[in-house]
Amino acid sequence: MFYEQITEWQQRLPESSWASFNGADVERVLVRETLRPQDLAILLSSAASSYLEPMAKKAQALTIRHFGRTISLFTPLYLANFCSNSCLYCSFHTGNDIVRCKLTVEQVIQEGEAISSTGLQHLLLLTGESRTQSGPAYMEECVRALRPMFASLGLEVYPLSTEEYRRLYEAGIDSVTLFQETYDEITYAKVHPAGPKRNYHNRLEAPDRACEAGISSVNIGALLGLSDWPRDAFYSALHADYLQRNYPGVEVSISVPRLRPYAGSFNSSATPVTDAGLLQIILAYRLFLPRAGLTLSTRESPQMRENLLSLGITRMSAGALTSVGGYSKTENVGSAQFEIADERPVPDVVRMIRAKGYLPNFCDWMNMRERNGVGQ
Amino acid sequence: MNDIMQSVNKTDDSLLIGGVNLLSRLFVGTGKFSSHEIVPRVLEASGTQVVTMALRRVDWKNPQENILNYLPQNTILLPNTSGARTAEEAVRIARLAQSAGCGNWVKIEVVQDQRYLLPDNWETIRATEQLAKEGFVVLPYMSPDLGAAKRLQDAGAAAIMPLGAPIGSNRGLQTKELIRILIEEISLPIIVDAGIGRPSEAAEAMEMGAAAVLVNTAIATAGDPVFMAQAFRLAVSAGRLGYLAGPGERRVAAEASSPLTGFLQEGN
Repeated sequence: MFYEQITEWQQRLPESSWASFNGADVERVLVRETLRPQDLAILLSSAASSYLEPMAKKAQALTIRHFGRTISLFTPLYLANFCSNSCLYCSFHTGNDIVRCKLTVEQVIQEGEAISSTGLQHLLLLTGESRTQSGPAYMEECVRALRPMFASLGLEVYPLSTEEYRRLYEAGIDSVTLFQETYDEITYAKVHPAGPKRNYHNRLEAPDRACEAGISSVNIGALLGLSDWPRDAFYSALHADYLQRNYPGVEVSISVPRLRPYAGSFNSSATPVTDAGLLQIILAYRLFLPRAGLTLSTRESPQMRENLLSLGITRMSAGALTSVGGYSKTENVGSAQFEIADERPVPDVVRMIRAKGYLPNFCDWMNMRERNGVGQ
Repeated sequence: MNDIMQSVNKTDDSLLIGGVNLLSRLFVGTGKFSSHEIVPRVLEASGTQVVTMALRRVDWKNPQENILNYLPQNTILLPNTSGARTAEEAVRIARLAQSAGCGNWVKIEVVQDQRYLLPDNWETIRATEQLAKEGFVVLPYMSPDLGAAKRLQDAGAAAIMPLGAPIGSNRGLQTKELIRILIEEISLPIIVDAGIGRPSEAAEAMEMGAAAVLVNTAIATAGDPVFMAQAFRLAVSAGRLGYLAGPGERRVAAEASSPLTGFLQEGN
């Protein structure tokens, strides 16, 4: 499993190795055609921070070659925000006094219709971690109701079992998004003091279970800034590489979420990810994993999104709301998970993408799941 | 020379696939372009008659975003099954394409390897067999392998589309020797698909005797896609002409005309 690779690389790359990388190492990596894990570490080290321009040129060319000048669009739909976890950095924290609610299937359809009317056809469904309020059976109901309206449905919820992923796949889920938050076990334990999310290994192995269940696309990532970001970025990319190699039929992609202000008072002790740091991460991901999708959310400002768009990103959220029931303004709108920095409606995001010389892609997937065996 | 030029330009050098005589031997893909608006100009410059598109990327809900609305009326649509991981999924996509009015041509693309996007020949053969039975004109994208190509032929494929190099790699004809064997041994048209990065590589494939080439990334990601489309059009015609003309034997070094047997001409 991937955990073995984490422990192996912790030994192979101690603090002293990270500190010893220099400009000559970076230059050697930049002329390599395929990168090894140690090359990835070099690109994420402080030695590479003065090589962002040549890294950007290479990353841009690779992205255009494999994805063209296109950006795929999606939006999140929060189904419920009940949560039994105590993640220090999240508004849904069980101890936070926020408005909790859960959409009925009718309300889910209303929300789906409101989103569909903007032209978006890729939807990401989210819930807090509550098996009683938003269990797999509830998710399945929502998926069946939304399936006819969208080209693809993704799921970003707590870790499920292989069987639960299989059932949701059969109901119509195409992709699973699951962030490890941090690969550093000590920080992980610190920021997840209570609740089922404390189980580091259960979360780490969930993408394997999704792949085994037949899900065709898996999106992973670390919440950058929670712990030491070069290492979290290193293990995120290594995790993506591990999944690609073990499940070659699955499209693996990585998100690059940075810590955002939320309803609470968490201050990470780790070095914050600057704009230059975020760019370095995106470029290193692209050079290490030329064909992996890279997702950028509305956590980032319009200006930052515009600048990053042509440097490795392949997918963006647009017109996103992180509150429950926000799109169709249902009677009981629940509190938002985090503040959004890019609040522009879909047409504005589309205009921005076009102005950069890129094609906004509303639809690049279809439901291929209906049972019709060869010969039927 | 004039005879050859005329034959290239006339229907007697046309490529017969699925009952259609194609005058252009350049097939073009519609992915990776920076806008839909540029596509009609690219197609015109390429002179192509056959255009492939991923059915999964056809946006039926937004007419302005639907690539099909940007293709000339007389284009032969070659929907591809990109995204399919099994024969079953490819068959489903092909049927959906047909029922959506995309005609009965289909390019089978079954990929179970997302790192290199290499096709799965076994699943491709299964899908070809089924779709040919259903009356589709099936053009399977495959890894160049003689055994697999023969099975695709037996399964009812209308042409065979071996890759020159992995999709989008622009690496050229890395599989040249294997493609040469397919051209020699398979009676169906061999259309080199994927990997062709430059017009000169398209010309090379045509010179070898490929029936046609399919180009997407090299045109879509060029600095000027319209000029590049035109360059490919010329390269494909030049390569075809070269093939029809029958090039002289290639030699590694200059040779005197008859160094070993010249004595025979000395009147003895």
